Amino acid sequence: MTQTGAQPLAAQSAAPDQQRILRFVVEAGETLLENGGEIYRVQDTMERMARALGARDFHVYVLTNGLFASIGGQPGAGCAVRAVPQAATHLGRVAAVNALSRDIAAGRAGLEQASARLAQIRRIPYERPAARIAACAVGTACFAYLFGGSPTDAAAALVAGLALEPARIGLERARAGKFIANLLAAVLVALVSLLLSCALGAAGVGTNLDKIIIGGIIPLVPGIALTTGIRDIAGGDYLSGTIRMVDALLIAAAIALGVGFVLLAGVWLGLPMTGVAV
Amino acid sequence: MIAFLWQLFVQCAVSFAATVAFSLLFHAPRSQYVPCGCTGMAGWAVYWLTLFWPGATPVLASFTGALALTLATRIFSVARRCPSAVFVTAGIFPLVPGAGIYYTVYYFIMGMNDACLAKGVETLKIAVAIALGIVLVLALPGRLFHRFVGRERPPRA
Repeated sequence: MTQTGAQPLAAQSAAPDQQRILRFVVEAGETLLENGGEIYRVQDTMERMARALGARDFHVYVLTNGLFASIGGQPGAGCAVRAVPQAATHLGRVAAVNALSRDIAAGRAGLEQASARLAQIRRIPYERPAARIAACAVGTACFAYLFGGSPTDAAAALVAGLALEPARIGLERARAGKFIANLLAAVLVALVSLLLSCALGAAGVGTNLDKIIIGGIIPLVPGIALTTGIRDIAGGDYLSGTIRMVDALLIAAAIALGVGFVLLAGVWLGLPMTGVAV
Repeated sequence: MIAFLWQLFVQCAVSFAATVAFSLLFHAPRSQYVPCGCTGMAGWAVYWLTLFWPGATPVLASFTGALALTLATRIFSVARRCPSAVFVTAGIFPLVPGAGIYYTVYYFIMGMNDACLAKGVETLKIAVAIALGIVLVLALPGRLFHRFVGRERPPRA
């Protein structure tokens, strides 16, 4: 937006090397993309940064899982291709790169400083596992209540959430595929919910199994894939949007299969499944 | 009336807490937890209130909820100078049809094919309604938001 301040800085650092600009901008774009930025924003941010840093003839094409960029200018033309596999969404890094891009555009950060800040941003830590487990449990309990569950159902969903997040962290570390990881996690949620519901039922406490399971599977539901897909398509990036939508459908199918297995087992074993009417 | 307001308050508070918890799961910056929570709360509160409208379906409620959610996202994104992904990512979860997925599978397993099909179609309709709501608000020109919320606040470091 504000390009006025960019010129003096670019001139001052004696026409920064086009190759280094390219490397920096591509790395920034990679950070945005792998941590959950949408295509249009990634492309736009990269272009703004490149322009402000004094790149000549910069072009970039971004896809859901990769990016291509080239830079012109007679000495120092170059191009870069990066495969960017989906990592865990880290919104803190997305916000930090965004702030960095504002500073570069306003001329408050040159290439040196920006590179150092980007290296720092890429090392912003993830939340501690204990905090994530607690957050997951609170989230599942709240959602079980919101979707019509009783306080007892919310408490049961809390337990399911406590079991879910460690399993997700473990599956992430074991590099399980997305489909299988969601399927297994859904099996776990449904199993814990079913056992809790049966145990509470035996103790004379009524529960709604459906509300417990629904609360429990919400952390798995493809909310990000769905919204990012919609936003990509709204921004004209149909190919990337389609990739996300297919992703969303597959995740939903994995959750459905996982929950389905457990419900089927419950039916076969003749377990009481309470509160399943809509 | 008092009972209704209390219920509304509880719904807002619980959806706020749920969204903040999810913001942590996605490693949102701590300074944005409150607007994140408000985004999710806005979507859910409008969804919940819409369902009181005579004849309103979850599909319509998801649409109005998505409108409110995206509006809140765009306002916060300008006011807090932060990419909208930060707010929308956790905020969408109250609206995503997790219940639809569950009931579709449940009826499938129970052999109630008609109910399964009805729920499956409703789940898809909800997803489309959310998409429509988001796209409509994204189509509003950015200048609108900058004029009303952008200028009044000092730039954040």
